[in-house]
Amino acid sequence: MKYRLSKKEKRIGLRILLSLAAFIVVFAVDKSIDLASSVGGKLGWLLPFFLYLAIYIAIGCDVLYRAARNIAHGQVFDENFLMCVATLGAFALAIFRGVTGQEIEGFDEACAVLLFYQVGEFFQRYATGKSRKSISALMDIRPDSANVIRGGETVEVSPDEVHIGETIVINPGEKVPLDGVCISGTSSLDLKALTGETLPSPIAQGGKVISGSVNLEGKIEVQVEKEFYDSTVSKILELVENAADKKSKAENFITKFARYYTPTVVICALLLAVIPGAITDDWAGWIYRALSFLVVSCPCALVISIPLSFFAGIGAASRYGILIKGSNYLEKFSKANIFVFDKTGTLTKGNFAVTAVTPADRCEEILRLAAICEQGLSHPIATSIVECYKNEFGADIPSNYSIKNEAGFGVVASCEDEVLLAGNAKLMRQYGINCDATTDAGTTVYVAKNGALIGTILIEDELKSDSPALIGALNGMGAKTVMLTGDSEAVAAKVASATGISKYHASLLPADKVSKVEELLAEKGKNDVLCFVGDGINDAPVLMRSDIGIAMGGVGSDAAIEASDIVLMQDDLNGIPLAKRIARRTMNIVTENIVFSLAVKVAILILSALGITNMWIAVFGDVGVAILAILNAMRVGLKYNTDKK
Amino acid sequence: MKKTFKLEDLDCANCAAKMQNAIEKLDGVKSVTISFMTQRMTLEADDAAFESVLTAAQKVIKKIEPDCIIVR
Repeated sequence: MKYRLSKKEKRIGLRILLSLAAFIVVFAVDKSIDLASSVGGKLGWLLPFFLYLAIYIAIGCDVLYRAARNIAHGQVFDENFLMCVATLGAFALAIFRGVTGQEIEGFDEACAVLLFYQVGEFFQRYATGKSRKSISALMDIRPDSANVIRGGETVEVSPDEVHIGETIVINPGEKVPLDGVCISGTSSLDLKALTGETLPSPIAQGGKVISGSVNLEGKIEVQVEKEFYDSTVSKILELVENAADKKSKAENFITKFARYYTPTVVICALLLAVIPGAITDDWAGWIYRALSFLVVSCPCALVISIPLSFFAGIGAASRYGILIKGSNYLEKFSKANIFVFDKTGTLTKGNFAVTAVTPADRCEEILRLAAICEQGLSHPIATSIVECYKNEFGADIPSNYSIKNEAGFGVVASCEDEVLLAGNAKLMRQYGINCDATTDAGTTVYVAKNGALIGTILIEDELKSDSPALIGALNGMGAKTVMLTGDSEAVAAKVASATGISKYHASLLPADKVSKVEELLAEKGKNDVLCFVGDGINDAPVLMRSDIGIAMGGVGSDAAIEASDIVLMQDDLNGIPLAKRIARRTMNIVTENIVFSLAVKVAILILSALGITNMWIAVFGDVGVAILAILNAMRVGLKYNTDKK
Repeated sequence: MKKTFKLEDLDCANCAAKMQNAIEKLDGVKSVTISFMTQRMTLEADDAAFESVLTAAQKVIKKIEPDCIIVR
C-alpha cells in the first residue's frame, strides 16, 4: 500500500525545501562574512534582520495565519500560537540586541526553529497518515458492489440494495458482498481477510458463503440469506471501526494529561520569565529560557503515538483473524493470567467420533451392524457411527431393516428373523443380555445380534490437536488454566491430563458455569485478569461475565461476536498466545512511548530553565520526539511468528 | 439516534480530543467519540434535534480545525 502525498502536502513540502535552501545560503553567508558588520554602522543589523525575516515569513506564514485565526476563535493554547510566540519572541530579543548595539545573534535561531518545526510537522503528518492508511488497508474488507440477477440480467448495485432471496453472481477475484448459500458453480474461497486462514476453502452447491471472503477460481451464484447490514462483513467492520472508540486507560490518561500539560508549561514559562528576570534584571536571558519552554509545550508526541500504538495492535491482530473489540480489552488482555476454558468445542472438537471398537478383529461387523441400526438418526452419536463405517469400509448400509428407536436407550433393528441391538447397557439388560458396564471416559455403544453381545464401540469427543500445546504455552507463561465442562468426572479428568490443564470442574450445568466463573472472579487477586474461552454456543452469559470473553470460531456466530470482547475468527487455539503476544508488545511500546516522551520533555524543560540548552534542542523535544514515538508505535504492526508452519 | 460520520482533513490528534470535549458539552448530545485513527465521529443525539446538533458540531469543529468538515 503506497501512501501518496496530497496536493496540500506537496505544496508544503516544496515550500519547506525552498525555505530551507534559502536559509542555508543566508546562514552560510552570514557566518562567513558577517552581514551586519559588512554593512557597518549602527543600523548594520537591519540587513540580516530583513533577510531572515523574509525566510521566516516564507516558512511560517501559515503558522502565523493559523495562530491569529485560532486566537480569534479563543483557542489560546494552540500549538501554532505557542510556536509563534516562541519564535517571534526570539526575533524580538534579536532586534533588541541590534538596537542596543550588542553582538547580532538570534535571527538565525528563530528562523531555524520554525523551519524545523515545519519539517517535523510535515514528517509527523506523513508518518501518521501512512501508518493510519496501512493499518486501515489491512482491515478493509468492505465490498464495493454486488452483481445481482434481476429480470434475467446481471446488474451491478451497491451491496445494501440487495435483498434476502435474490441471487448474486460472484466472479473470480471478487469479494463476496453478502452472506448466502451457493446455488451453482464450484470454486474456492480465500478467507484470509476474515480469519487469517491461509488455505483456501472449497465451495460447491449448497455450501455457505461468507461475505468478506474472496472468490478465487470459478464463477458462482449465491442466493442471499442476509441483508448487507446483517452480513458478516458489516458486523466485522462495525466492530473494528468501533474498537478505536473504546479507549484504554493509557489513552484516557494521555488525554487528561494533555489538557493540563500545555497550560501548566505556559504558566511556568511566564513565571520563569518574570520572576528571575525581575530579580536578576537579565530580562533577555530569562525570556529566552521561557521561550524554549513554549516550544516543548505541545503534548503531540503522546497524543498521537498512544492511540496509534493501540490502533496498530488491533490492526495487527485482525490480520491474524483475531478481532479485539477495543483498546481497553487489548490493554487488559496483556495482563491476563487466569484462563478458563469451556471443554466441548474449545479444547475438544465438539464432534463425536469413534475412537475404539472391541473386539478389534470384528471391527467391520460391529460397525456395520451398528450403522444399520443408527442410519437415518440425527443424534451426533448415530451420525458418528455411520460416518465412521462409511469412511473405513465405504460399503452401502443395508436398509431393509425396520428400525425402532427406544429413546434414551438405543435402537432395535429387525429384518426377518434377525434382531439387532445398538445402545447403552440399559438396553442390553432390557433384552436380557449380560454386559459389564465399562468405566471408559466417553460413550459406549453396545452392539448385539439375536440376543448375543458382539462387541462395543467407544465414542469420544476428539481433543483438538493444538490444545496440549496451547495449555503448555499458557502454563509456561505462568498463567492459571481451568476447565469447565458439563461432562462427567471421568471425561474431564482424561481431557485435563491429556492437555496438562491445572484444574477442572466437571458435571456443570450451563447455569453452574456462570456461578463457577463468578466464584473464580471473587477468588482472584486485584491485578489478576480472568479470561473465559468458549465457542460462543450456550456460553454467552459466561463470556459477558468474565473480565475478557474470548469466543472461538466467530465466523457466522452473531451471538458469540456480540457477547465476547475478543473473537478468534478461526477455530484455532493458536490465536490465544498470539493475541497475548500482540497485546504485550503493544503495551510495552505504549509504556516506552509514554516514558520516553515525558522523560525527554521534562529533561528539556529542566535544562532550558537552567539555561543549558537552546531552542534548537527544544524543537527536537517537540517534533523529533513525536516522530520517534510514531515510528516506535509502528513496531506494533511488525510480523508475528505464528508458530504454525 | 446514533450515527457515524467521516471527518475529512482531520490533521491533528490533539484537536480531535478538543473537538470531542467541546461537542460533548453541546445541548442535545448524548455521547460523542471522535477517532483520529479512523477519522470518524460517532454522534448520539435526540432524533428530533439531530440535524441541529450536527450543524452545531460542525461549527465547533470549524473553530478548532478550520479545514475539517463532517461528510454527511
